[in-house]
Amino acid sequence: MENIDVGILVVDDELVVRDSLYNWFKEDGYRVDTAEDAKMALKKLQESSWDIVLLDIKMPGMDGMELQKRIKEIDANMIVIMITAYASVDTAVQALKEGAFDYITKPFDPDDMGHLIRNAVAQRKLTEENIQLRQKIDELSKFDEIIGDSPAMKRVFELVETVAQSDATVVIHGESGTGKELVARAVHSNSPRRYFPIIPVNCGALPEGILESEIFGHEKGAFTGAQYRRKGKLEMADGGTLFLDEISSIGTKTQMDLLRALETKQFTRLGGTKEITVDFRIICATNQNLEKMVEEGTFREDLYYRINVFSIYLPPLRERRSDIPLLANHFAQKYALAMNKKITQISPGALDLLVQHDWPGNVRELENAIERAMVVGKPPRIMAEDLPFQLSAKKTDLTSDSLEEIEKTHIQHILERMEWNITRSAEVLKIDRVTLYNKIKKYGLKR
Amino acid sequence: MAFICVVPVHLPQESLLIPLLEHISSSFHRETRIVFLPIDPSFAYDHSRKQHNSSLLLAKLVDIKPKDALRIVGVTDLDLFIPILTFVFGEAQLSGPASIVSTQRLRNEFYGLPKNDGLLQQRLEKEAIHELGHTFGLVHCRNDLCVMRPSTYVENIDLKPPQLCYSCLKTIDEKLKAIPP
Ligand SMILES: [Zn+2]
Ligand SMILES: [Zn+2]
Repeated sequence: MENIDVGILVVDDELVVRDSLYNWFKEDGYRVDTAEDAKMALKKLQESSWDIVLLDIKMPGMDGMELQKRIKEIDANMIVIMITAYASVDTAVQALKEGAFDYITKPFDPDDMGHLIRNAVAQRKLTEENIQLRQKIDELSKFDEIIGDSPAMKRVFELVETVAQSDATVVIHGESGTGKELVARAVHSNSPRRYFPIIPVNCGALPEGILESEIFGHEKGAFTGAQYRRKGKLEMADGGTLFLDEISSIGTKTQMDLLRALETKQFTRLGGTKEITVDFRIICATNQNLEKMVEEGTFREDLYYRINVFSIYLPPLRERRSDIPLLANHFAQKYALAMNKKITQISPGALDLLVQHDWPGNVRELENAIERAMVVGKPPRIMAEDLPFQLSAKKTDLTSDSLEEIEKTHIQHILERMEWNITRSAEVLKIDRVTLYNKIKKYGLKR
Repeated sequence: MAFICVVPVHLPQESLLIPLLEHISSSFHRETRIVFLPIDPSFAYDHSRKQHNSSLLLAKLVDIKPKDALRIVGVTDLDLFIPILTFVFGEAQLSGPASIVSTQRLRNEFYGLPKNDGLLQQRLEKEAIHELGHTFGLVHCRNDLCVMRPSTYVENIDLKPPQLCYSCLKTIDEKLKAIPP
């Protein structure tokens, strides 16, 4: 910020004070104006924009204290500096409590004044950068990254919006590649915590001991190799959100520590004794059936109930095939831009293949397939042969001609894919749960 | 012919003015003269602050400025202040005719250090050019190597050179072109 871009308004009933401050700032190259009373000041504040207001505490009519309140109502980020005589330092301290940036006692040292104004300008700049950053964050806080128009995805968006407003712990269920982290980020970036970070931890990628120190941090010497004190991800998420991906992979010790941290919002670093208080929200994601793990005793029941306050089920891609063209086009555009290739379309044949495919790796697999097709394909469109699989190669298990045999195989297939979740399997099969139970019994299907 | 007028205002050490004249005239390419004008500064004395009000002296200088003088700069050994500041090294009217500088706080003795006339001379020259710079419309400059850099304590003055930086020179050349020598 150049000095000329900084607007300073001097409000003082004494002409000499106004004049000398006016000259002083003018010589420093600032944009400056003066007002002799609160009324004039408010008028000037409305007429043009100011960054810093220097305000005499004692003025006839509305005094500086009252005027400060009014200014803060107009612009809460306005830098207000109080000018005071020795006699009213108490009032100045009161003004600081009410949000004044600083106060300066008449007459002041030229050097102090210089410092004060430089600090005020720096503060103002910082505030403006923060406001810009917030605007940027607010722009990002839509679901731009998550693509889908299917009823299943519309439901997901609804849930995200609902849960974002609360501080409840969320578990996102979904196969790998369905975009669980994107949903976690959407919840975070639409929540009141969005100005603080979301810190992801991939629990599945780390061995138990390391995972523990990753989450909780450690003190120097907590274990061999712990040469420095290290903050854990939980501390880094202070004010924000901790995203625990693959929550099912965490060991029993970490499960216990996590439960305690969730209950008390307090924890200690590994090898430490000091209780650290952190304000965080937890969002978990899993591709495993946690309920089943609780039954089997591999996941703590109390922790399960703690985290499973709200759950979002992210359907696999094959359960929302109508979204495939939308997604495919989105990725095609994305990579066309990144690779600077003029491929703008997907041929009907290729699109047909894409919609038919089962996508065990879900959206991530689709993205990879499009990326690859963009590399091998030629403008202007992606053709069927650019795709890594062909329709003829589509695997079919239908070896029998009997309708019952086909039904049995198909139900078995869906149940396995849904990890034997009856509700979801019934949804996919478009039959009710009772019918599904009857068919499982009839065909003697087992896990 | 428009000249820059240097006026001693309560300045026992008038010898400081001779090198100063030289420096001013080479800085602004204008003839520079010492003019002795009768000024009694006592009217500007503030009894409670035991200092002289710089703004009042400045106003007086405007009044007594010779008609054919382009600018006037008062040089005094009095300690100067403006109401909101504890002291000033000098004061000027931005794009106006008058300025004033004080040697009081430019002297080493003021800070309990041994007298150093050479240093005093340099400081005075820098501050006089600085204040005159303001009268030619220059505002403070961020360049460390420019006399228009603001100085709020004396060590600051010692750090800057006695000349204008290139950018300030260009600005002032434009202004001076409009005023025939
Ligand atoms: Zn200056
Ligand atoms: Zn300069």
